[in-house]
Amino acid sequence: MKTELMVNGANHTLDIDTRVTLLDALRDHLQLTGTKKGCDHGQCGACTVIVNGQRINSCLSLAVMHDGDDVRTVEGLSEGDDLNALQQAFLDHDALQCGYCTPGQLCSAMALLDEVREGRASHVTEELNGPVALTRDEITERMSGNLCRCACYVGIVAAIEEVASE
Amino acid sequence: MRPFDFCKPATPENAIEDAVGAPGSAFVGGGTNLLDLMKLGVMAPERLVDVNRLGLNQIEPIENGIEIGAGVTNSDLADDPHIRQLWPLLSRALLAGASVQLRNKATTGGNLLQRTRCPYFQDTDVACNKREPGSGCAALGGELRNHAVLGTSEHCIALHPSDMAVAMRALDADIVICDANGGTKSIALRDFYRLPGDTPHVETALNHGDLITSVRLPAPTGDRQIYRKIRDRASYAFALVSVALVLRMENGQIASAALAFGGLGTMPWRDEAVDTVLIGERPSEALFEKAGETLMSGAELRPGLEFKAGLAKRALKSVLMEATR
Amino acid sequence: MTLDLKIDDKADGTLPSPSDDGPIGADTERRDGRDKVTGKARYAAENFPEGLLHGVLKRAPGLGRTRLVNADTVRALPGVRLVLQDDRMVRNAAQGTAGEAPVQGTDHADYVGQPIALVVAEDAETARYAAHMLEVDCEGADFAVALETGETDPDMGEESTTGDPDVAFKDAELLVDQTYSTPSLVSAAMEPHAAVAQWDGDTLTLHASLQMLRYNRAEIADCVGVDESQVRILAPFVGGGFGSKLGISADCVAAALAARALGQPVRVVQSRRHVFEVNTRRSETSQRIRLAAKLDGVLTGIGHDARVSNLPGESFSESVLQGTYFTYAAPNRLLRNNLVRLHRPAAGSVRAPGEAVGVTAFEIAMDELAHEAGVDPVDLRLRNLPETEPGSGKPFSSHRLAECLTRGRDRFGWNETSRQPRQRREGDWWIGSGMAAAVRVNMLMDAEARVRLTDDGRAVVETDMTDIGTGTYTILGQIAAEALGLSPDKVDVRLGDTAFPPGSGSGGSVGAASTGTAVWLACQEIRRQLADQMNCDANDLVLRHGQAICGNVSRDITDMLAGKALSGHGALAPGEALEKVKQATWGAVFAEVMVNDVSGEVRVRRMEGTFAIGRVLNSRTARSQAQGGMVWGLGLALTEGVSHDARDGHMVTRDLAEYHVPVNADVPALDVELLEDRDDWTGPLGAKGVGELGICGSGAAILNAIHNACGVRIRDLPATPDRILLYL
Repeated sequence: MKTELMVNGANHTLDIDTRVTLLDALRDHLQLTGTKKGCDHGQCGACTVIVNGQRINSCLSLAVMHDGDDVRTVEGLSEGDDLNALQQAFLDHDALQCGYCTPGQLCSAMALLDEVREGRASHVTEELNGPVALTRDEITERMSGNLCRCACYVGIVAAIEEVASE
Repeated sequence: MRPFDFCKPATPENAIEDAVGAPGSAFVGGGTNLLDLMKLGVMAPERLVDVNRLGLNQIEPIENGIEIGAGVTNSDLADDPHIRQLWPLLSRALLAGASVQLRNKATTGGNLLQRTRCPYFQDTDVACNKREPGSGCAALGGELRNHAVLGTSEHCIALHPSDMAVAMRALDADIVICDANGGTKSIALRDFYRLPGDTPHVETALNHGDLITSVRLPAPTGDRQIYRKIRDRASYAFALVSVALVLRMENGQIASAALAFGGLGTMPWRDEAVDTVLIGERPSEALFEKAGETLMSGAELRPGLEFKAGLAKRALKSVLMEATR
Repeated sequence: MTLDLKIDDKADGTLPSPSDDGPIGADTERRDGRDKVTGKARYAAENFPEGLLHGVLKRAPGLGRTRLVNADTVRALPGVRLVLQDDRMVRNAAQGTAGEAPVQGTDHADYVGQPIALVVAEDAETARYAAHMLEVDCEGADFAVALETGETDPDMGEESTTGDPDVAFKDAELLVDQTYSTPSLVSAAMEPHAAVAQWDGDTLTLHASLQMLRYNRAEIADCVGVDESQVRILAPFVGGGFGSKLGISADCVAAALAARALGQPVRVVQSRRHVFEVNTRRSETSQRIRLAAKLDGVLTGIGHDARVSNLPGESFSESVLQGTYFTYAAPNRLLRNNLVRLHRPAAGSVRAPGEAVGVTAFEIAMDELAHEAGVDPVDLRLRNLPETEPGSGKPFSSHRLAECLTRGRDRFGWNETSRQPRQRREGDWWIGSGMAAAVRVNMLMDAEARVRLTDDGRAVVETDMTDIGTGTYTILGQIAAEALGLSPDKVDVRLGDTAFPPGSGSGGSVGAASTGTAVWLACQEIRRQLADQMNCDANDLVLRHGQAICGNVSRDITDMLAGKALSGHGALAPGEALEKVKQATWGAVFAEVMVNDVSGEVRVRRMEGTFAIGRVLNSRTARSQAQGGMVWGLGLALTEGVSHDARDGHMVTRDLAEYHVPVNADVPALDVELLEDRDDWTGPLGAKGVGELGICGSGAAILNAIHNACGVRIRDLPATPDRILLYL
């Protein structure tokens, strides 16, 4: 089935089996392997990408459901050789070890900053109708859809705190 | 996944036509549950009808309530200013579920139809009456933890996993459905789900081709709303037990109470006898304990699930204490 | 030229040691980090040779003799290329350092979930669908699947008695006698096991996700029936291992066999369920611990009696007693471990095999004794530390446990007066603190590395060593930079390719010290060659800013090389050192938790770890490893466990929704201090391992804190709300 995807600003026309997930379309068909497959069932977050401004698990979405969508992956976070602030903060705080969950963590963290700016609430937000302060608890709750088995959570939180405070 | 057709209809009517055209078709909204099960081989539709382009993503105040389009995502629903203000229970239940990534895709209609996470249902190598009617239930006699203790039968003890639907049960939601004949009907959530009995594969009142188009919530019956979810880790886990409460106090007495429960039943659980115990009474620990006894009086505590009784009673009591403080 | 070193004794200064202010030890950025944050790092499944086909493993749904019911029908599906059932396919992953094929065969399922066929198709969707359509019959077998009913393997037992433990227990002034249990646990590395196999004639190239390539090459060669020299494995990036990728697994062998049969490259990625079932789990354990003590808490007897399991044919037994042998002294001891043969998925090494569960249970028992004796838990431990290794009388190469305990106590703000449970409450939450000692044996393994110094002023390090998130790229670069007087950015590090000299591999916390020392040796060999050219002693040679300096003679290294590269090869072998001394890493973990009085939910509020791990090679990456270990301890204590179906032993918990790896919200700020430390018995670097120590005490610290908070003693792990609630 013919499907157009705008990935990191580049337009791709794919003719693919309806069964192909967005994740597999990125990895196996476009060979954008930065987005990772950890569980293939929406249980780990390694496949997180930003579609039309929102983070999703690309493993639980069919490519054909994204015809015309704008997809941002880890490959699209930096411009040329310049890392974006979050990528650099991940290095500075050693927010990664094996690196396999890292692209998903980064996409999640990018989206998180926008979500907080928009005033979206979380499970730990005390006052649903008030402004959202980006406390440590808010960050950890909002990043809990991204497992890290090396357990770099402390570094991940520190990296996000640093970028959020800039 | 078996090969399937994919349709992208633009109106609800077309979506229903597409669905009716293939007996093995399924609607797909967010896909977060359906694709999971398709990959496991648990569900194998021959056609997927994408319901994301039907214009069902509005949230609109209606007379004495609010109408939520079936395609509204869990994230957007939780963040809607009307919902946050008047139905905070629903926001809270949604935010307690899954992860941001999943909530950004999962839809209101899809969440109502979320299927059980019973590990035996999800395993096509073992027997399951829900998956294959009449094949037996491998969960009975198996390892039980995320299983139901209320509404079970000797054919199925599968637990309903939703948080959202539990809140909607306490909020007396109505489900609006377009059917294959072009009609529109409304079903109270109370009547929407089916107990497993000897037909555990029949989970709801929907017929093939019926499309959920919206959910209507009446004005809340109480200003005190709490969703309490107890789980195995701090986030991103299904409920061991959850309690949804809508309550109103008047002159030191409980004027109205609506309680629903997750993690306990084969469907989002509401037992009006529990509400009845409370209404018109002054808050007291003894009263709350009585409510807990009432709730769990019919529970089947199979091995491994004994803890649910104590946990549910404690959670209920705690939520009631908080609400009537 | 090669410089060999066998570690038979304490370092005597013949070889230089690193300076204290050079690149080694510095807090520097991970050198593979940039590739990882930009998505450029390619993992095994991300290689796409021309003509790549896709294979999906088929699991046995039951036990006993297997039969493919409809292989012909599946083979005839459009796009399907092969339904492979080959006797050379492996039953489960090879054990760490096996160096030979694990149990092979597909006609019999020894456990539910055993891979018994591979379906290959032109695209991944077709392969998955076809594998699902393939029907398998298993002809009933009545195997033992539960620890309580399985038979003990008489050849696998371990028993050691000192003094008269029975009398000690009988006459004890204080006695703790409790049984603890831990469930099956899995590594759950984020990257699923995957392999891309390609043959060029009789030569196999395998991109795979593996930890120990020198052994893996021999394993795969043995499995498919070729010579080791015909196999090249590449694993430059590995998405976590934690023991589960020590040995080759079903994906590697099936991909290699299918690629050969079809004459096209084949990729096999294990599904998450396969990852749970096919790769070795940490055995469940049952541990009876008896502590006899005088009223002041001084131990007079120790009993540690464990039961673990494994599949028939597996040589691995969870070494539960490993830490008990040397942590505390007592004149009378009974240490016993029995292995029960069960038809559950195979057990093997998972991060800190032995101590992770053995130390955890023992440290809970020590807390119980402290409570009984009314002695502060830190003091109790200090009172029972041995002078030399109990039993053998061997000296310790370095013993830092007392310092870790006292330093940790001071840093944490340990309150010695509040050891009575249920003293502190905030709303519905009980607050309490707990502590535990952490110990982990230290080892070295054979390792080789090659270093080349080129005339452009750069050095290249090459070894088949892997970096599985451990920081190996980074520390090996720092070691070479230090030895050759270069800045680390002038060093290239190439890993994960069996075309390079065999490193130790990553496992058992041996990688940094073993392969790091091999790199150091290779560099010393280069220094020797430079010194020879200058007619001076290598120990007097100073390399700095591209200059070789000897006394008052200074020469430009580029000139000295004159267009040629200098190459050095280093080889480390563990010698007799460990027969002469007992070597370990040491730590103490303190935790503060909250326990909800309504629900039994636990939240860890803060956690602090103090560790002595020998020389720290990079303080940033070492700290991350220590923190990772501490979070594993948290998971072990609170959230993780596989349940097996009691009827057929299959893993009911087999996905990441139900196997609860701690999420970000479970983890508080973690305060880690790495003590200044050197162990001269590990060679010139004085380094030891760090990857596993953190897990060894953290779980017990949390469980002891739960007791202090709410008075509930959890002896069956993990401490999920339902288990705590039983006693609240």
